[in-house]
Amino acid sequence: MNGNKKAAAPATASAAGTTGPQPPLLEVADLVTHYQVRRGVTERLTRAPQLWVHAVDGVSFRLARGEMMALVGESGCGKTTTAQTILGMVKPTSGAVRLNGTDIGGLSERQLRPLRRTVQMIYQDPYESLDPRFRVRESVEEPMLVHGIAGSRAEREATAVDVLERVGLSPARMYLDRFPHELSGGQRQRVAIAAALVLGPGLLLADEPVSMLDVSVRAGVLSLLDTLRGDGDMGILMITHDLSTAARFADRIAVMYLGRIVECGPSAEVVRNPQHPYTKALLSVVPKRDPRERTVPQILTGETPNPISVPSGCRFHPRCPVAEERCRQEDPQLRLPAAATSPAHQAACLLV
Amino acid sequence: MTLPLQDPLLSAEGEGQPSHRTGFFRSVLRERKAAVVGLSIIVFFVVLAIVAPYIAPYSVTEPSCGVYAPPSPQHWLGCDDGGFDMVSLLMVGGRISMIVGFAATLVAMIIGGGVGILSGYFGGWVDGSLMRVTDYLLVIPDLVFMMVIADLWGASLFHVIIVIGILEWTTTARVIRAQVMSVRERVYVKRARGMGAGNFRVVWRHILPQVGPLLIANTVLTIAIAIYLETALAFLGLEDPTAVTWGTILENAFQRTAISSGAWWAIVPAGFAIAAVIVGCFLFGQAVEDALNPRLRVSYLSIRPWRLRPLVGRGPDAI
Amino acid sequence: MSLLEVSGLHVWFDPPHAAEVHAVQGVSFALDPGERFGLVGESGCGKTTTVLALMGLLPPNASAAGEVLINGQNILAGGEDSVQAYRWKDVAMVFQGAMNALNPVKKIGWQIAEPMAFHGVAQGAAARKRAGELLEMVGIPAAAGDRYPHEFSGGMRQRAAIAMALACEPKILLADEPTTALDVMVQAQILELLTGLSRDLGLALVLVTHDLPVVAQVCERAAVMYAGEIVEAGPTEALYHNPRHPYTRLLFAATPDLYGHDAVISIPGAPPRLDGELTGCPFRPRCDVPLDRCRDEDPELRLVEVGHRAACHRNDLVGAS
Repeated sequence: MNGNKKAAAPATASAAGTTGPQPPLLEVADLVTHYQVRRGVTERLTRAPQLWVHAVDGVSFRLARGEMMALVGESGCGKTTTAQTILGMVKPTSGAVRLNGTDIGGLSERQLRPLRRTVQMIYQDPYESLDPRFRVRESVEEPMLVHGIAGSRAEREATAVDVLERVGLSPARMYLDRFPHELSGGQRQRVAIAAALVLGPGLLLADEPVSMLDVSVRAGVLSLLDTLRGDGDMGILMITHDLSTAARFADRIAVMYLGRIVECGPSAEVVRNPQHPYTKALLSVVPKRDPRERTVPQILTGETPNPISVPSGCRFHPRCPVAEERCRQEDPQLRLPAAATSPAHQAACLLV
Repeated sequence: MTLPLQDPLLSAEGEGQPSHRTGFFRSVLRERKAAVVGLSIIVFFVVLAIVAPYIAPYSVTEPSCGVYAPPSPQHWLGCDDGGFDMVSLLMVGGRISMIVGFAATLVAMIIGGGVGILSGYFGGWVDGSLMRVTDYLLVIPDLVFMMVIADLWGASLFHVIIVIGILEWTTTARVIRAQVMSVRERVYVKRARGMGAGNFRVVWRHILPQVGPLLIANTVLTIAIAIYLETALAFLGLEDPTAVTWGTILENAFQRTAISSGAWWAIVPAGFAIAAVIVGCFLFGQAVEDALNPRLRVSYLSIRPWRLRPLVGRGPDAI
Repeated sequence: MSLLEVSGLHVWFDPPHAAEVHAVQGVSFALDPGERFGLVGESGCGKTTTVLALMGLLPPNASAAGEVLINGQNILAGGEDSVQAYRWKDVAMVFQGAMNALNPVKKIGWQIAEPMAFHGVAQGAAARKRAGELLEMVGIPAAAGDRYPHEFSGGMRQRAAIAMALACEPKILLADEPTTALDVMVQAQILELLTGLSRDLGLALVLVTHDLPVVAQVCERAAVMYAGEIVEAGPTEALYHNPRHPYTRLLFAATPDLYGHDAVISIPGAPPRLDGELTGCPFRPRCDVPLDRCRDEDPELRLVEVGHRAACHRNDLVGAS
C-alpha cells in the first residue's frame, strides 16, 4: 500500500509492541516531566504560588525494534521534552523510561553513560548539528573515542567508511576529509546519522530530521531511516509536526496535545479513521497537493494554551468543536474507540 | 550494506560550498588593512625585543657619551642623562617592557580564560560565585591597588607582572563567558553531550576552538593595556628603578630634568615606541573582534544603494 | 494592463573575493488585482531575491535589470530613488521571519502606525485609530495594540506583521514564507487570513514558498522557479495535473500526500551554481528524461496551452502531452 516501505513492520505490532518475553526496546510509562517556572524576587517575596510548565503530563507507549513511530503535535505539546527525557538529558518528574528494561530515570550521569550507546539522536538543524571545525571523519569518529571503542587509526577509519557507505555517502573516502560547509544540507544530515550509527544504537530519536531540508532531498533521508529500521533492526522515534511525512513513513503515529498522547495507532488507521477531534482538525488543515481537492478545513480558533495552565477535565475541551459538558470535568484516558478498525488504535476522548 | 542508488555519481544530494581553506586570521588580514598594519607593528617590536641584546650598538650599563648629548651620527637618538645611548636603551628597554607586557597578559589570559570558560559552561552557582569575584576585582582602581602592593611587597618587575595579571583578567573573563554561554547552546555541543562526551572533552574540542579567536583578540588588546600600565607604574616610581624599561626611561628623563634641558630625544622616542605598540595591538585586536561580530555585516539599509544595469536591447540573451 | 507586470527581471550579486552570482535570470510574470499567485521553489532558486527586487530591497553589492511595472509605471527605472515612492504604498511585503523582526521595545500599535506617518498617509491619533482597525482586520483585538511583541504568540506576531504591511493600503502584498515557522493549525489560520484579505480588499498576493501544497490550496496561478529562472508557470491545477516540466512533476512527486499511494521520491543531485557559465538546460543533470538537445540548448519559456508556459525541450516533441 505504501510505496516507500521496503520492510514491512512486524504484523503483530500492537500498541504494546512487544515480541515475546524480551523487554521492549523502549517503554515509556506514565512519564511526567514538569519544569519549574523561574520566579523573580517579587514573586518570591509575595509568596506567589510556584508555577509549573506541564511539558509532559502522563505519556505511555512502547516501541519495538524494527518499528518507526512518529510523535506528532504542534509546538508546546511536549514531544521534544519527551525525546529529551528518553535521551537522558532531562530528568523525569515521575513515571518511567525503560530502555531494554532498564529504568533510566534514577540513574546518575556516570551510570547513564554506557546506556548512551543504546539511544542516539538526530537533530533538526543539519547546519548546526555538526561542529564546523570537525571534518566528517572526526565527527563520525568522535562517538567511538568518547565511548572508548576506538581501536587503532586504521580501524577507526574502516568503521567510519563503513558507516558512511551505509548512509549513502559513497564513495565514503571522498567525504572523510570534508568540512561541513562543503556539504549540502542532505549530506550533513546523513553525516549526523552516520555519527549516530557508529555506536550501534538500538533506538534512534529523530527530531524533525527533514524539516530544514529541501523537499527534493527529504524522501532520500527518510528512506534511509526506513532502511535502517529494517536492516539495522533499530527502533526509530521520529518527532515531527508534518502529518504527511508521518503518515507515509512511520508505522505508528501518536498525536500529542498539551503533554498527553490523545490518539495513537497504525499510521494508516489514524490518518484514514481519526477518532479524536484534535486529530480530525489537524488532518483537515493539512494542505493537499491537488488543487482540485479542496476539503473544508476545520480551523480551530486561537492557539494551543500555555502548558502552565492546563484546562480542567479534557485538556482539549476549550477548543474542541464537539465538546460536551462532561468534557470539562472528566479527564479521558487512552482506550479503544468504538469506531476503530484496528485493535491497536487508541484515542483519549469521552465521545468515541 | 549500501543502499540501492539510481546514479552513483549523484547519490548524495549535491554539493555544498567549495572548500575555503584559508583560516579565519588569514581572511581577517586579507580584508582589513588595519589588521595588517597592526600585526606588522607588533611583529616588528617583538622581533626587535628578541634581537635587542645582539644588535644594540652600545652597552646600557656603561656610559658611552655625554650627558644629554644630542643625536649624532654615532648616537642616532643621542644619550640620556647618564650618558647611555638612547637607541640601545630603547631596544633593551623595549625587550623588558614587552616581556612584562606579555607575561602579565599571559597571567591575565590564563586566569580570565579559565574563569570565563568555567563560568560560562557550568552556569549555576559556579557562574554566580565567579562573577561576584570578578565584580569585586573590576571595581578596584588599578593604579591605587598597584601603589598599595608596591608599598607592601616592594617594587620589582615580578610584582608588576603579578599585579597587572590579577587586575586585567576580569574583562577577558566576561567576554569569554558570554561567548561560551552562546556556544554552549549550539546544537553540535548539545549533540556531543547527548552522546555521552564528558565536560572536559566538550570544552576542549568543541567550545575552546570557537572562543579561540575571541580569546586571541582579547589577549592582544590586553597586551596593549599591560604595557601601558607597566609604563604608568614605572613612571610613578613603583617599579624597580634599576630595570631598563620604556617606563623607567621616561621616568628617568622626567626626574632628571630632560625637558628643561631641551633633551627631547630622551622622552619622545620612548613615548613613541609605547604608543606605537599600543596602537598596533589595538588595530589588530579590534579588527579581529569586528570580524567576529556577525552583526557588523553590511545590511540592507546601507547608504550605498543597489545598481541598475541597463539592458542592452531586449530579449533573453541581451546581457 | 495588469496591476503588476514583471518583465525580464535580472539580479546579480557581487560578493567580495568571489565571482558574480546571477541570482535571478530573466523572470517575467503578471498579476491582476485580487489574484493570488504562488512563487514556488527550493532554497537558492531566487524566489526571495525576486520579490525583494520588486520592493527595491537589494543589498549594496546587488545590481538589477529589467522592468517592474505597477499600473504601467516602471518602478525600477530610476533605481533606488524611484522605487522608494512605491514602497509600502503600492507594494508591501511580509518578510521571511517577520514575526521575529518586530521591534521589541515598541508597542505593536506604534509599529503599525509608523509606516503611515513615514509615508504621509496618516498621523498621530488618526494613525493609531487606523492601526487598531488593521489589527481587527487581521483578527487581533484592537486593544492589543498597546502590548509589546513578546506578549504575543508566534501566530499573532505574524498577523501583526501582515497588518504592518497593509498600513498604507497597498494593492500588492508580497508574502515570503509567511507560514514556515508556524504550527500547521496556525498556518491554516494565516493562510485563511491572507485568502480573505485578497478577496475582501482586492489585494493581489504573491506567495513565496517552498511548500507546494500551500500554493496548491491558496493560489490560482503559480510559477515554479529553478536556478534563477521560471521553468513553468500556469494555473495550479494545470501544474499538478498536467506538468510540462520534469522539475515540476518531480517536485510534486517528492511531496508526500496524506492519503497518497505512490512512492515519495527524492531528486538526486543539486541545483547548479549560479556564478559561472551554464550551457544547456540547468535542470539537465537531475532530469529523469533528458534529450540530447538539453545538453547544449537552454530551453525558453514557451506557451504550451492557454495561460500555461514551460521551459522544456520535450514540449517541442511531436505529440507531447
